Amino acid sequence: MSSAVETASPRFAEAGHWGKEVRSDVHVGFEARDSGGVEISLESRVAPYYGTAILEQTREVLGELGVKHARVAIHDEGALPFIIAARIEAAARRAGIALGKRSLPQQHPLRAPSQKDRLRRSRLYLPGSEPKYYINASLHGPDAVILDLEDSVHRGEKDAARILVRNTLRTVDFGSCERMVRINQLPLGLEDLAEVVGESPDLILIPKVEEPEQVREVDRMIGEIKARNGIIRSIWIMPILESALGIENAFAVATASENVAALTIGLEDYTSDLGVVKTAEGHESQYARSRVVNAARAAGVQAIDSVFSDVADMDGLRRWGEASRAAGFEGMGCIHPGQIRVIHEAFQPTAVEIEKARKVVTAFEEAQNKGLSVVSLGSKMIDPPVVQRALKLVERAKAMGVIS
Amino acid sequence: MSERVELAHNAVGRAVPTMVNGKPQIPFLGAGKYQPRARKAAPAICSNKDYPDSGDKRVADLETALRKCGLRDGMVISTHHHLRDGDKVALMALDAAARIGVKDLMWFPSASFPSQKSAIELMEKGVIHHIEGSMNGPLGDYCTQGKMRGMGVLRSHGGRYQAIQDGEVHVDVAVIAAPTADFFGNADGSHGKSACGSLGFALADSTYADRVIVVTDNLVRFPCVPWQIQGNNVDFVVEVETIGDPAKIVSGTTQITRSPDRLRIAELVAQFLRAAGIMKNGFSFQAGAGGIALAFVQYLKLMMKQDGVKARFVRGGSTKVLVELLQEGLTDYILDGQTFDLDGVKSMANDPRHVATSPFISYNYHGKGNFASLVDAVVLGATEVDVNFNANVVTHSDGRLLHGIGGWQNCLFAGCTVLALPSFRDRIPVIVDEVTTMTGPGEMIDVVVTERGIAINPRRMDLLDAVKGSNLPVRPIQDIKAEVEKICGKPVRPKLGDRPCAVVKWVDGTVLDTVWQVS
Repeated sequence: MSSAVETASPRFAEAGHWGKEVRSDVHVGFEARDSGGVEISLESRVAPYYGTAILEQTREVLGELGVKHARVAIHDEGALPFIIAARIEAAARRAGIALGKRSLPQQHPLRAPSQKDRLRRSRLYLPGSEPKYYINASLHGPDAVILDLEDSVHRGEKDAARILVRNTLRTVDFGSCERMVRINQLPLGLEDLAEVVGESPDLILIPKVEEPEQVREVDRMIGEIKARNGIIRSIWIMPILESALGIENAFAVATASENVAALTIGLEDYTSDLGVVKTAEGHESQYARSRVVNAARAAGVQAIDSVFSDVADMDGLRRWGEASRAAGFEGMGCIHPGQIRVIHEAFQPTAVEIEKARKVVTAFEEAQNKGLSVVSLGSKMIDPPVVQRALKLVERAKAMGVIS
Repeated sequence: MSERVELAHNAVGRAVPTMVNGKPQIPFLGAGKYQPRARKAAPAICSNKDYPDSGDKRVADLETALRKCGLRDGMVISTHHHLRDGDKVALMALDAAARIGVKDLMWFPSASFPSQKSAIELMEKGVIHHIEGSMNGPLGDYCTQGKMRGMGVLRSHGGRYQAIQDGEVHVDVAVIAAPTADFFGNADGSHGKSACGSLGFALADSTYADRVIVVTDNLVRFPCVPWQIQGNNVDFVVEVETIGDPAKIVSGTTQITRSPDRLRIAELVAQFLRAAGIMKNGFSFQAGAGGIALAFVQYLKLMMKQDGVKARFVRGGSTKVLVELLQEGLTDYILDGQTFDLDGVKSMANDPRHVATSPFISYNYHGKGNFASLVDAVVLGATEVDVNFNANVVTHSDGRLLHGIGGWQNCLFAGCTVLALPSFRDRIPVIVDEVTTMTGPGEMIDVVVTERGIAINPRRMDLLDAVKGSNLPVRPIQDIKAEVEKICGKPVRPKLGDRPCAVVKWVDGTVLDTVWQVS
């Protein structure tokens, strides 16, 4: 129905969600106008407490976006300010206004940058269009939270989700959790990077990686944005291998950049690529999983497992996690906070392992003190790799809080 | 009600009316400070020659029974909420009163429910003058909009008993819904198609009211055994098709929460009780029927098993979760005040260790001791709590009535009172500078557990010491409040009106706070 005459008339767009079932989100209707100033209407379930604040914030955000004339209709379901700002910005952009402009909420001070080799037993998936899960995610104690722009976000919502994820990275305190973002498959993922990298996520997951060049492309773009924004802290990369070709190229992918900190596998897509059924036991993906572990180890990075998708089956999850650790993985994804504890327990070294490792470490320290180059325990000589493994295991057990 | 209301400030600084529904009031003096010295109220003397030797007290219908009770203008008529939102008897009685043509009744329910909203029409028509009892939903709005002719009076379950014994409320006619009864009036709640478990809320009325009517849909041959209501307190028995909707008698409150945040709160509560040394062999606890409280029991149960700990008794409102504790040998008894689900109802009917109790033995201020104070720990909810640990359960932060007090105030007498609540709901912080309506004074509330940490009342140094060295997130309450306000922003306090529309009574009958008309 569009015509040349109509381009000058009001343009309408919307973003966000509202309704009886919606919590902690907001819906913004945005009508761009050519004159008449800014007109705002507000309906909110928290109006008696925050009505004035929401109106003020809306004016502020519109100002930052350079919006002079618009009718903005807000239906608020108790959204926090960083969510409100993101939804207004998304609606304005969709209306073709404020392109290239951002309204950045007040920043929460960044925590220390994450170490390449840090503990990554669990990463909790947070859908990029479901803001209600963000604020309390870290309270459940995962090693990482992962703001997802890929599979959990509808194709038509990608633009709004990346603004929301950007604001979330900027304002939400995730405590000691590593802050990860899963971008979309390239090239769409590059648009995600443009929006979120400026907020210093600790790690970017790239889905459906098959060639090392894909990693390099992401790495280059991250480098450019960091340079432009004066960011010096590391932003790690975790490629997700989800196809037969990706698995074949595992080592090349893992070594594509020194910023690759871990390699992981996506079993849903992998099994469908193979044309086999994904089972709870996972025999069909045994080769691929072993290949990922081997390639990661060879490249000196962590191997991280996929997710376990039945949130009600805690025994199955435990079995999966224990087998995963035995196979050489250092962690896996969680799709529900209830999975975190079970995963942590599964990836925890056993008391016997810790005891053994501690003996080796003690023997190593004694040998060091005596200036001996050979470490021995009782009548047995200990090989250097065994010593290294023991040192790492003890250090990990400390990081997990299993020993002090 | 256009006359000016005199206000006085009570011991916790709240402005409260000195006169409520024509009766002088005593402002709250502090917990345990008010001790009236007089004799308890008593029902009129009756003689058994006025009752049939055959024992058959049946009459044709409720209207006949009410006429025979001499119901007239301005009387007090009471009903009870053991059938919860499924109750049909209260409205049946009030409608019958309307047909008789009486006016200006005071309806004295042990609690009202949303399904009874047509009581509003009876107030509009003048049949009911006002309600003294919990009001929420449409009835609550009617009250806080200032449309009720008298002032609402909110009392705890124990406080309702106290008001009757003090003579503050004299019940003229009590109408008791009975899932099973005989023609003599013996009645029981744990059997029959409308079984609900305990009839505890009706016990005071059955002994103190001038006239008592038992309404049943399951008339059995004499004797009805066991009898929770004694037939020799009963004047008339009315048989009806149905006393309630069984689907709504057991409410939906017994769903264990699935929210990860609320589960975290529940687990923190259990961890706290374990770390503080309260969870030990022979201990006792009470948990309500809310999602967090139920989940708390699940976590506590695991810890009890791990530590080989058994409780001596748990206090109901009973639910499936408590019944499982009993069946698995993790508690010797359930002492039950009300029954929230069918598992509870069945257990009470079949297991002698599942004991029906009344608000009189557990909650009554004028009892010679209360079960409630023997309980080691109680886990409760609240709509708001302030930095001085005062809590609100009756109103939203905007002043509208939300809940009745129930047994909440009475439970505060437990050894350790824990409030388990999310630190904010829909962006609205739960920890505030000052509660909208004070329902429980901070001196009675020991611990506030939120998903962001555990705040212990500084009055309880013993508890603070007990959990020192644990890895629990114990924090000052101001700290949690500041964190939440940083996330949500500081809310504007809604402006309340200056006209009282209801009062909140403390367990001793003094006035703790005022519910103001909402503009």
